[in-house]
Amino acid sequence: MLWSDHLVMLPIVLPLVAGAITLVLDERRVALKAAIGIGAALLQVAAAVALVRLADASFATVYRVGGWPVPFGIVLVVDRVAAILVLLTSVLGVAALVFSLARWQRAGPRFHSLVQFLLMGVNGAFLTGDIFNLFVFFEVLLAASYGLALHGSGGARVGASLHYVVVNLTASLLLLIGASLIYGATGTLNMADVALRWREAAPPDRALFEAGTAILGVAFLVKAGMWPLCFWLPGAYSAASAPAAALFAVLTKVGVYAVLRTGLLFGTGAEATPSVGTPWLAYGGMATIAFGALGVLASQDMARLASYSVLVSSGTLLAAIAIGSTALTGAALYYLVVSTLALSALFLLVELVERGGRPGAGILAVTAEAFGAGEGEGEEVEIGIAIPAATALLGLSFAACAILLAGLPPLAGFVGKFAILNALLRTEPVPAASWALLALLVASGFATIIAMARAGVRRFWAAPNGRPPRVRAIELAPIALLLGLCIALTVGAGSLIRYLDEGARALHAPGGYVDRVLAR
Amino acid sequence: MTEVVIACAIGVLAGCGVWLLLRPRTFQVAIGLSMLSYAVNLFIFAMGRLRVGAAPVLEAGRAANPAAFADPLPQALVLTAIVIGFATTALLLVVLLAARGFSGTDHVDGRESK
Repeated sequence: MLWSDHLVMLPIVLPLVAGAITLVLDERRVALKAAIGIGAALLQVAAAVALVRLADASFATVYRVGGWPVPFGIVLVVDRVAAILVLLTSVLGVAALVFSLARWQRAGPRFHSLVQFLLMGVNGAFLTGDIFNLFVFFEVLLAASYGLALHGSGGARVGASLHYVVVNLTASLLLLIGASLIYGATGTLNMADVALRWREAAPPDRALFEAGTAILGVAFLVKAGMWPLCFWLPGAYSAASAPAAALFAVLTKVGVYAVLRTGLLFGTGAEATPSVGTPWLAYGGMATIAFGALGVLASQDMARLASYSVLVSSGTLLAAIAIGSTALTGAALYYLVVSTLALSALFLLVELVERGGRPGAGILAVTAEAFGAGEGEGEEVEIGIAIPAATALLGLSFAACAILLAGLPPLAGFVGKFAILNALLRTEPVPAASWALLALLVASGFATIIAMARAGVRRFWAAPNGRPPRVRAIELAPIALLLGLCIALTVGAGSLIRYLDEGARALHAPGGYVDRVLAR
Repeated sequence: MTEVVIACAIGVLAGCGVWLLLRPRTFQVAIGLSMLSYAVNLFIFAMGRLRVGAAPVLEAGRAANPAAFADPLPQALVLTAIVIGFATTALLLVVLLAARGFSGTDHVDGRESK
């Protein structure tokens, strides 16, 4: 095996090592921890870029962990979709870590380790080709996310985290039941092997297998936040600290990806469509869009608005996956990338915008004191300089987020939604579900722009006390990075959509994946 | 007979767990989650098919008939699931205590319902 063959393992090993090192370092060595954390995140970006190129060159690369033969050992599989999602995750990691330099990394213990373990879990969940290993990586990312949801402490965070932890623990138990049912019915946990074997199963085993996939699907949909399994999400996400919430933006996408991957792999037919419960998935996705849009309209608080936008994005993806032509999946994946970047930027932005006015803004200072991090913690300890014209820059960024999330031209959100609409209308005749999704997409964009315009006007133009928020350059830099990437994706939309279309085609023809993993 | 006993045990544990999970006190929820995870652990174990008096480990150097042995994989999976469940339950207990400290009540919503 060449050294470069181990590249696939890198997005998992790097954060594991960095997280372990930062765990044993003393809490007071903040600068060193931050350097290790950001260094590891940048290396992950480099590794992910290499993976994207690798996936472009070959259809799917299989890495056998420990060199065990295939149905027995665990495999990691890199294809185009997984590689792009790993790249997206590591970019969000860099943005959140840089943002946290200014103040959040001192708001509680072991922040850098938790972020690295979260990245490890998310990367692993995207890469793994084994159902039980998927459960383990889900647990890694969830355990880290419990810690991050509590980061900064305070009554609101602890209360929201309690619900978050209980709901996700229950969902993990469902995941276990689903995985063991699938094992009981097919005798294997390797996804490619399962895809092959369930067709040969005897009818009673077939019924067990279908029950198993349904239960597995419910567990994934809890993570993806499908209505009516999503009531935990707005509370937990809006209460979380800004860098944690920015990373959480990708967690729902892990659930969506798991539904997409297993749904297509365990589906039926040559031009595979996810068979088990597809209409339910479509209606559930649409209900999620409607619920999210209503929530966006009803939110008074910007953080809640951002959380409900997560639901709108999730619902759009789930409905698009369920309706599921190849072109639609490619478009939906492009929308996934853009909306995750925009949501992440919005979560970071909300904290800066509301810093001046919100009564809860004092919580951070109190908890920093409680942890004894930096005596006399005040403005002078913060890294970076306060920049002028902060309000104008924040306002511009907020407008960019609104345009991206509502899907207005000229930015990438429009390209994503337009590609979805285009793919929806391409089938002849257009089914009723597609018309319903089309109407919901337009309506939810309208609701988003109304709500965000209202929030923007209230905060930037009609603020009761005209005190501009104090914002550091180091806090605006990650927002600029994320929004800049969105603009770059607007310009380079063609090449990314082509890349993801290829990826979607591979997902919809699981035979190639199965052959490659089982080396037939 | 073994099947009936195991199935009843899983059913009773899961039923108690779900009922406790839906109760308003945080401690009841924690116990409910523990019972549910016991039920799930037993269930994973049972998914390897129940065998009485069959070892899960092949003896070294002897070609053996796999049909005479229990399936070792679910037993390994159960170990993983137990460890993870134990760790997350411990974390839940910490969150539970912190919530009690912040809100002054052990109601899951952080305030007493009228």
